[in-house]
Amino acid sequence: MSSIMVSRIRQRQIAQLIASGKRLDERGLTDYREIKIESGVIGKAEGSALAYIGKTEVLAGVKIETGEPFTDRPNEGALTVNAEFVPLASPEFEAGPPGEESIELARVVDRGIRESKAIELEKLCVIPGKKVFVVFVDVYVLNHDGNLIDTASLASLAALLNTKMFNYELVDEEVKILPGFTQLPVVNYPVSITFAEINGKLVMDPGLDEEEVMDARLTVTFEKSGRLCAMQKSGRGTFTKEQIVEAVKMGQQKAEEIRKKVI
Amino acid sequence: MSRPIRKLIDENGIRTDGRKVDELRPVKITIGVLSNADGSAYIEQGKNKILAAVYGPREVHPRHLALPDRALLRCRYHMAPFSVEERKSPAPSRRETELSKVIREALEPTIFLEQYPRTSIDLFIEVLQADGGTRCAGTTVASLALADAGIPMRDLVVACASGKVDGQVVLDLNDIEDKEGEADVPIAFAPNLNAITLLQMDGLLTDEEFEKALDLALEGCRRIHALQKETLKAKYVTAKEEVEEE
Repeated sequence: MSSIMVSRIRQRQIAQLIASGKRLDERGLTDYREIKIESGVIGKAEGSALAYIGKTEVLAGVKIETGEPFTDRPNEGALTVNAEFVPLASPEFEAGPPGEESIELARVVDRGIRESKAIELEKLCVIPGKKVFVVFVDVYVLNHDGNLIDTASLASLAALLNTKMFNYELVDEEVKILPGFTQLPVVNYPVSITFAEINGKLVMDPGLDEEEVMDARLTVTFEKSGRLCAMQKSGRGTFTKEQIVEAVKMGQQKAEEIRKKVI
Repeated sequence: MSRPIRKLIDENGIRTDGRKVDELRPVKITIGVLSNADGSAYIEQGKNKILAAVYGPREVHPRHLALPDRALLRCRYHMAPFSVEERKSPAPSRRETELSKVIREALEPTIFLEQYPRTSIDLFIEVLQADGGTRCAGTTVASLALADAGIPMRDLVVACASGKVDGQVVLDLNDIEDKEGEADVPIAFAPNLNAITLLQMDGLLTDEEFEKALDLALEGCRRIHALQKETLKAKYVTAKEEVEEE
């Protein structure tokens, strides 16, 4: 992760507290910070939402354009997720081409939406094999205080739920925009749960200082009926099989709780 | 949607390439295949053909990246333009950037990086032909290249995927199963440390199916680990014989 300095003494304090089941901000090991979502904050976008987990703040905007389908999916619209670590969000972020952290974040968010089949992409086909709608989800990190993946996933889902597509008709194979809007067909609601492994223990929703001390991170994304749809281990540490099975059990319940805050 | 057009497992439980659900593809590994590299290895797993090379520990360029307390491990996973059906642009894709990161993080826990402060260990993985499961085969072969370079390690890392195809949990997905199957769970494992060092998942699985897939992938890892050890030992047996003949 980034290398905002957390003093040794604070690192030790965080690790020792967690070993005894406590956290620096007095949360329980499976407690999230306060979650807030504001939808429709950007009028120019087809859909948008701001998500907060504690002081972490992520804005997601959805734009829809026409484009070509993927050759192996001629009858489906396309989905693209991109993430920007905007330099105003953290002293560690720099302007420039996306780094591996932001690419990873975008790809994990993408996997959750894609694999849960959250968007009915076959409804976004205009001319099979030739023209489809492309849904661009752009994730903008505005303030980084830990657990960007979950915050970005929430913002993206809320933005998709908020997305209105323009009505259209086909004139000579060209899309002509008509007045009025239709809701983007969103039928599943993936929610990601991120764990940090600190001192051999799993804690949910790591804050920035906890991310500094963690050995490894595990994100598990659940779709609406509780099935897993995406996973990502990250960081230099390791997990045992038992820890992973435990994380799946704990995450499943938590995802259910958090989903209610979005839909 | 990803509904299979043709059946991927027949009524006798046989897959498109003739394997049973819990069977690996044939794996062939050789080490020390590149004379310039400090360590190298080559793997064929099914139709996958992957080369890995290690340079280092060596001076870090650019120098400001050097770490005061340990070696910098860098990893580049890259696919050759001709490795897949449709030509892949040689520029690194977002997928390759992500895989380079997770593979590096899969290997890092096993290397004694603290023994080489202010140096870099550079690892290059080139996929010459891809047939599904390249990140796993790439990790398996990269760990051997590191061992071939003589870099001190706590353990080897071995990787293998499992997944769900035609409703069944299967081991070591090939290209078509990866594309048309229902789920893919690649993992990397350090057997002696009993540590999972890479874990990803995409597709849809219930928690029971996931646990089954995890167990199956770990079993696959153990089988490939036996081959890794054999390959390493064989190298030193041949080297010893050569010395004795002289």
